[in-house]
Parts: sequence; structure tokens; C-alpha cells
Amino acid sequence: MTVLELEREGDDWRLHLDGDWSLEAMAPIEAQLRALPDGLRGTLVCDWSRAEAPGIGPAWVLLMRLAELGAPPLDVRHTGDPPHFLELLQKLEAEPRAAPASSEAGTGLEHSVSEVGRWAVLQGTEGRAVIGFFGRLVTVFQEAFSRPRALRPSSLARHIYETGITAIPIVSLIAFLISVIVAYLGAQQLNKFGADIFVVDLVTISVLREMGVLLTAIIVAGRSGSAFAAEIGVMQLNEETDALRAMGMNPIELLVVPRLLALVIALPLLTVIADAMGLAGGALLSLVNLHIPLPQFTSRLRESLAPTTFWAGLIKAPVFAILIAMVGTYRGMQVRDSARELGRLTTVAVVQSIFLVILADAIFAVVFVQIDF
Amino acid sequence: MPEPAQAAVVRVRGLVSRFGAQVVHDGLDMEVRANEIFGVVGGSGTGKTVLLRTILGLRAPDAGTVELYGKDVQQLAAGDRSALVRSCGVTFQNGALISSLTVAQNIQLPLREYHPVSEHTLGQLAELNLALVGLTPDAGTKYPSQLSGGMVKRAALARALSMEPKLLFLDEPTAGLDPISAAAFDELLLYLHSQLRLTVVMITHDLDTLFRTCNRVGVIVDGRMISDTLGGLMQNQNPWIREYFHGPRARAAEKDVHG
Repeated sequence: MTVLELEREGDDWRLHLDGDWSLEAMAPIEAQLRALPDGLRGTLVCDWSRAEAPGIGPAWVLLMRLAELGAPPLDVRHTGDPPHFLELLQKLEAEPRAAPASSEAGTGLEHSVSEVGRWAVLQGTEGRAVIGFFGRLVTVFQEAFSRPRALRPSSLARHIYETGITAIPIVSLIAFLISVIVAYLGAQQLNKFGADIFVVDLVTISVLREMGVLLTAIIVAGRSGSAFAAEIGVMQLNEETDALRAMGMNPIELLVVPRLLALVIALPLLTVIADAMGLAGGALLSLVNLHIPLPQFTSRLRESLAPTTFWAGLIKAPVFAILIAMVGTYRGMQVRDSARELGRLTTVAVVQSIFLVILADAIFAVVFVQIDF
Repeated sequence: MPEPAQAAVVRVRGLVSRFGAQVVHDGLDMEVRANEIFGVVGGSGTGKTVLLRTILGLRAPDAGTVELYGKDVQQLAAGDRSALVRSCGVTFQNGALISSLTVAQNIQLPLREYHPVSEHTLGQLAELNLALVGLTPDAGTKYPSQLSGGMVKRAALARALSMEPKLLFLDEPTAGLDPISAAAFDELLLYLHSQLRLTVVMITHDLDTLFRTCNRVGVIVDGRMISDTLGGLMQNQNPWIREYFHGPRARAAEKDVHG
């Protein structure tokens, strides 16, 4: 499809615009304008008589191209019923426009050094911000406990319901299934040594010490950590947190404290449920697969348990809860400006809280072994 | 004075919109002719934005028909409807600029989607649309969160113009602007209207804008629309319309324009 044709006319040039000149035909128009020869001299007459439905965008691109064609600027004229907006475009064209800022590209080395520097500074400010958040949280807590109304029982109840009660089905199911899997695979190995009964030890110790609490924490980090970040993040985007501040209220007290407390209460309770379901799963598998009757299972369970085993798991739950709630709410408070930030920080909240939970779990494991807990 | 018969660009007939038991529109008729600036006014909750969303096909009417350029929006196949709606420019109340893109990228978004052209040309087209609404190319590199309220409205208009619509829908374009910016927006709208030969449907509460720009105005009262020229509406005896056009603010706005 030909949309333009350049013609020599004495000393001058004549540019016939032909066919569809609407925005729909932008691609061929662009390509053929690009193909026009540079370095024209003299007068160029644009003939619009054969152009159909000329659009303002194509006309603008044409003017832009004509402006850069001539070595000394061409004397451009328009004939043949040019579109009504041409005058407007010529006026806009005549206005001084700032050249697009060229990004200063340094040398490769310079660039990479500055990148490292930027990253380091960013990490530094980030670290300071985290410490600042923690400090503010501690002072708010200190104050809140001296003024029980600041703990906001109704808000607390809502968050316990949302993070705790509604999580019971999924936590139960996963704890049950995982412990069935562990018992099943353990039984395959122990069977070789005729040590079937030790499946009970395997299930109880692994569930109570580690898996009950760790799985629960990971599920809660995915469910509630992301919800915390998203809720608070949207409030940030809508300037709701600013509104709270402007009314003299502290968003940390209103938004962070109830969530943190709720999780500290809910996560240990969920852990107890997960422990129970895990043991139930182990018992069921022992019964069905290994034919260990329930009374034998429970007596073996009592023998294998040290008095501290249950507590060694449960004591970790509040710590995990604090980590998850703090990361979630902190990332939520960081959201600024755009929907993309919200998504990014929600993801960061989940990933970091799971990482921190596992890191804390590793530290607990080492410490418990050292102090023989 | 009977006006010459012109083709209706937008024609709404017997529109009924219900939200549960609440009836917002109850047999609403509306007609917008080519090349006019049509104002839509009405009290809060009379369904001005719902009407706009219905015309654009974002909401299905509970009864009645909506025609754009003589085509029933609801009867069209999805592809045809998309093409038809694409030929309309829309600005939303809060700008609705995509927050993760710069202003220039916002403007280029529909162009990029529908026209395979080079970055260089896209840059030129963004610059054109920014210039049309009186923004500098420099504003194109900013993110929506870095703009002032007036610039957001202009940037939204630039995005609405980028597909070269013949029909423009504006939802409260001057709400939240200071009087100077609002007046500048009125002038911009009149200028673009005359230069680009646009048909404009504008929801507004700004009486100054109404008096300055609109050829005809439709008032939503009791779920129906009363459309007339401003002069005609000034004579209307409906109590709400009387109060609207003869309240203290209306008198002041009218005086500014005609006095």
C-alpha cells in the first residue's frame, strides 16, 4: 500500500499523500516516511487531496519527518484541502520543545561501581528503616500495655478469627497428610530392620518438635503475611494511613499491634491443632499399614516423649508469629505510589517471612541441642 | 427555536438500572448529537457515572438500549464492541492512569496495543498528545504519583485522545481542581473541541464549566433525563432544576459568563 509519493516539480518537490492516512495506517506511513531521502532543498508541497480520513497522529509524524528532511530547513507548504487541525499542529511544532534528556551512560566499570554503591546505600537505609520500625513498634507496645484500650479488643478478635480460626482446616489437613507421608516412608525403611514400632517415635518427635510448628508457620506466612502486607499496602495507596496520622492516631498502634498480637495468640493455638492432627495421621497410618493398635501407639508415644518435646515445638510458635507479622506489616507500610509496588512488596513479605522462619528454626535447633532441651 | 436535525452519536432509550431494590434509572432517554458538548448533571447518587459505564458497555442495562453511532452496544459481538469502544476516548473520575507506567507509557499503551510502530514514532505521538493537552514532554517521563491533580486530569485526557476518538467521555474532569486550573481546562476543552471536531459527553458538577462549555445539558431527575439548552433549563419549572440553576452558586457562574 503506497501512502506517499515524492515527485520533482521544477526546482521544487511535491509530496502526494495517498490512500488511508488515519491512525490505523500508522505502520506503513511510518515506514514510507522513513524511506524519504534526506537532504532535500527548496520548497516542498504536500498535496492532501488524495489522503483519506487523515488522522492527527500521522499528520504530526509527517510534520516531524519533514522538519528533519531538509539540510537547510525545507519550505513546506500544504495544498489540496489539508485537514482542519493542521494549523494547530504547526503551532505546536513551532513551540520550543526540550530535547529528550539523554541518559548519561558512564563506562562499564564506572557503571558497575556506581551500581554497587547504590545497592550498598540502599541496604544501609533499608537496615536503618527496619531498626526504626522495630523501635517504634516497641515503644508503641510499651505504651499500649499501660493503656489496655489501645490493644483494641474488637480488632484483635477479628484478626484472631481471620488468621487463626479460618486457617484451621488447611493447617489440619496439611499436618495430617505430611505426617501420614512421613510415617509411610519411615515404615518402609524401618521395616527392613524389623523396627516397625519406631515409626511411632519418628512421627511423634518429628511432628511435635519440628513439623507441626514449621508447617503451620509457613502456611500462616503465606496466608496472613501476604494479607497483612496487601491490606496495609492498599491503605497506604489510598492515603488512609496518612489520614489516621492526620487525625492524631498512630497507624502502628491501630494496624500493626492488633495483627501482631493476634498472630502471637493464633499461631501457638494452630500449632497445637497441627500437632494433634499430625499425631492422628501417624496413628492412623500405624493402624492401617503397620497394624499397631491405638493403645500400643499411645503407650509407645508416652515412652518416646521427653517431657520437653512438646514444648520445644510450641515455644517457637510465638517467635515465628512475631517474625511473620512484623515482616508483613513492615512491607505493607513500605508500599508507595503504585499497584506494582504493592504486588512486589506482598511477594517480598511472604518470601522473607518464610526465610526468616526457617532461619529462626535452624537457630532454635542448634540452641536446643546445645542446652539439651 | 428548533435545531437542525443532526445524527445522534449517542442514543439511550428507556434505560433502567437497578441495584438490588434501588432503581437508579427508570426509563432514561438521552441523545447526544454530533459535534456538541453535552453536560450531564444530577444530584449525588442519581447515577451519572452508572450511565457513563452503561454507555461504554462496562455495565449491562437492566432494560432499554444504548446506541453508539446507531449501533446497539449490547448486541454487538465482543470484537466489534471493543472496536467501537476504542473509537471513544474516556477519562475517569480519578484519572485511572496505570500507576506503574510513566505518563508517556500510559499514552502509548493503547497505541502500542493496536499499532505496530517504532519507539521513535511512539515517542513523537506521546509528545503530540502531551502538547495537545498543554503538558511539556518532560511530564511524560513522570509517574502518575508524581503529578499534581490538574496534571493527572490533563494526562488522563491525553491518554483518552491518543486513539484519536471522535467521541470523548469525561467524568468530572474539573473536580478537585483549583478555579484557575479548572478554567484552563475549560478553555482547553473548547479549543480541542473546535480544533479536533470532537463530540464530548461530560459529567460535571462544576457550574462554571457547564456555563462556559456545554451546548446542551441533560439533568437526571427522578431516574429520567431532561435535556435542553442551558437557556431552556433556566426556564424549567422542575423544583430540583430550579434550585440547581437558580441557587447562589449558579447565579454567580452565570454572571461570570454572560455579564
